[in-house]
Amino acid sequence: MQESAEFGELRRSYRSFAFPLTIAFVAWYLLYVLLSNYAGDFMGTEVVGNINVALVLGLAQFLTTFLIAWWYARIAAAKFDPKADAIKSKMEGGA
Amino acid sequence: MNFAVSLAAEDPISEHQGLIISLFSVFVVATLVITVWAGRQTKDAADFYAGGRQFTGFQNGLAVSGDYMSAASFLGIAGAIALFGYDGFLYSIGFLVAWLVALLLVAEPLRNSGRYTMGDVLAYRMRQRPVRTAAGTSTIVVSIFYLLAQMAGAGVLVSLLLGITSDAGKIGIVALVGVLMIVYVTIGGMKGTTWVQMVKAVLLMSGALLLTFLVLLEFDFNVSDLLGTAADQSGKGTAFLEPGLRYGATETSKLDFLSLGIALILGTAGLPHILIRFYTVPTAKAARKSVIWAIGLIGSFYLMTLALGFGAAAIISQEEITESNAAGNTAAPLLALHLGGVDSNWGAILLATISAVAFATILAVVAGLTLASSSSFAHDIYANVIKKGQASEKQEVSAARWATVAIGAVSIGLGALARDLNVAGLVALAFAVAASANLPTILYSLFWKRFTTQGALWSIYGGLVTSVGLVLFSPVVSGKATSMFPDVDFHWFPLENPGLISIPVGFLMGIIGTYLSKEEPDAGKYAELEVRSLTGTGAH
Repeated sequence: MQESAEFGELRRSYRSFAFPLTIAFVAWYLLYVLLSNYAGDFMGTEVVGNINVALVLGLAQFLTTFLIAWWYARIAAAKFDPKADAIKSKMEGGA
Repeated sequence: MNFAVSLAAEDPISEHQGLIISLFSVFVVATLVITVWAGRQTKDAADFYAGGRQFTGFQNGLAVSGDYMSAASFLGIAGAIALFGYDGFLYSIGFLVAWLVALLLVAEPLRNSGRYTMGDVLAYRMRQRPVRTAAGTSTIVVSIFYLLAQMAGAGVLVSLLLGITSDAGKIGIVALVGVLMIVYVTIGGMKGTTWVQMVKAVLLMSGALLLTFLVLLEFDFNVSDLLGTAADQSGKGTAFLEPGLRYGATETSKLDFLSLGIALILGTAGLPHILIRFYTVPTAKAARKSVIWAIGLIGSFYLMTLALGFGAAAIISQEEITESNAAGNTAAPLLALHLGGVDSNWGAILLATISAVAFATILAVVAGLTLASSSSFAHDIYANVIKKGQASEKQEVSAARWATVAIGAVSIGLGALARDLNVAGLVALAFAVAASANLPTILYSLFWKRFTTQGALWSIYGGLVTSVGLVLFSPVVSGKATSMFPDVDFHWFPLENPGLISIPVGFLMGIIGTYLSKEEPDAGKYAELEVRSLTGTGAH
C-alpha cells in the first residue's frame, strides 16, 4: 500500500502542506526573536498611543498561530481525511 | 531566597490564611472524589495509561491545556511581565507558537502509531529493547526535571501563601503535594488525572478571565492607558514596553534569549506528559481537535497574562511586588487582592480564590508528569525491556503504580532538597532536554525512511548528555548569586539555556548515527508505520 499511487498522493499532499508551513512559522518566529534582540529602536516605535511595534508584532504571532491552526484544520478535513479514510477502509476491508 | 523576612504581620497575604486553606481543602477533596470515582472505572492497561481512549477532542483539549499551563505560566509569566515588562511577554509567545509543531507534525501521526508512550512510536520500526531503554530514560529525565521545578515551586508558593516559613514546614508542604499526586495517579490513573486537569483548566481560565476583566474595568477598557500607567509606575518609562529589560544587557544575554526561544518552540512537542495525552482520544482526528482547542485556550490564556502582568505593574508598586517575592511569583495573587480592595472581604475572597487556583495548577501538573514517567517506566522499560514483552497487563499496570510511588518518593526527596533552588532554570532545562533528546528522534522516526536504530540512540543520548551536561556547567548551577550553588564556580558555558547548542547536536547526531550504522533500516516496517501514521490503519 505504501507504494501505491493513492498513498503517494496522500503523502505528497500532506508533506507539501505541513513541511513548508512549519519552516515558514519557525522562520517568522525566529525573525521576531531576532528583532526583539537586535532591533530595539525599531521595536520601540510607537504605533497608536502607548502601543508600539513590539506589542503589535507579538500580538501578530498570536494571530498567525491561530490562523495557521485554523487553516491546517480546514485543509486536513477537506483534503487529507477523505484520502486517508479511503485507504483505511480499503485496507481494512480487503486485508 | 528568604521569604521569611518579607512576611511582616500586616502582610495582606498572611491575614487571610484561613480562607486560603479552606479553598485549598475544597479543591483537594473535590479532586480526590473525582479520583476515586475514576479509579473504580479503571480496569485494564488502556484505562490506566490512556483513560480508556474515551475522551472527546474538546475534553482532551481542555486537559492538555491544564497539563501545559503550569504554575510557571500563571504566576511566573504574570510576575515576569510585572517586573520586566515586555520581556516577560516573550515567554508567552514561545510557549504558544510551539503548539504548531505539535499540531502539524506530531499529534496525529503519534496517535495513529503508538499505544501508551512516546517509546511506542520510536520502537515501531527499530530494535525494541535499546530504543525503548533510551526513550524511557529520556522521558524520566525530562519529567523529573520538570517535576522538580514544580515541586520546588509548590513549596515556595504554598509556604508563602500559608505563611509557613520554617524548613520543616516547607518540606512538609512538598511532601503533601507529593503524596496527593501519588494518590491521584495510582488510584485514578489517566482517567482521574485527565478529569483533574479539566477541572483545573476551567478554574484557571475563569480566574484569569475574572482578573483580566477587573483590570480592564479599572482602566475603562483603554489598553493604551493601562500600558502607559504600567510604564510610569514601573519607574522605567517606555523601556518597560520594549524588549531588552531582562535579556538586552549584553551580547551573551541576547544569545541566551535566542537559545531560550529555540528551546521553547521545539520543546513542547517533545514533552512526554503532553505527548501521552494524545492517546486518551479515540482517533487522530480527535487528537487534532484537542490541539486546536488547546491552541485556542492556551493562546487566550497567554493573552490574558498580558493584562495580569501589566495590570499588576500599573496597580501595585514594584517594591510591594518584589518584597513579597523577589522573582515576582506572587504578583497575580497580589493583583487579586488589590483589585478587590486591600482591606475588604471581597479582596480577601479574590486573593484566596486565585491562590487556590494556583495550588490546583501545581497539583494537576505534577500528577500529569508523574503519570508520564511511571507509564514510560512500566510500559517501555519493565514490560518490553526487562520482561521482554512477556508481562501480563495486570503486571504492567501494577508496575506502573509502584513506579508512581517510587517516582513520587524521589521527587519529594529532590523537591525538599531543591526547595530553595532557581525554579525557572529547571523548567527551561526540561524544555531544552525535550527538544534535544526527544523531538529529533520523533521527527526522524516518522518522516525519514533511512533512519536507523543507531541513529535513534545517538540522537537521544547525544541530545540528553549535551543538554544536561551544558546546564551542569552553566551559570544555572554555579558561579552566580542566583545559581543553585552560589558559593562554588565551575561553570564554563556562558548561557543559562543549552538549547542553542544541544538541539542542533541532537538533530545532527541522529543523521551521523544513521549514516555510520552498518545495519539496513527495516523498509517493510517503515512502510507499515508510514501508512499507519497517516491513515490510522490498524491503530490501537
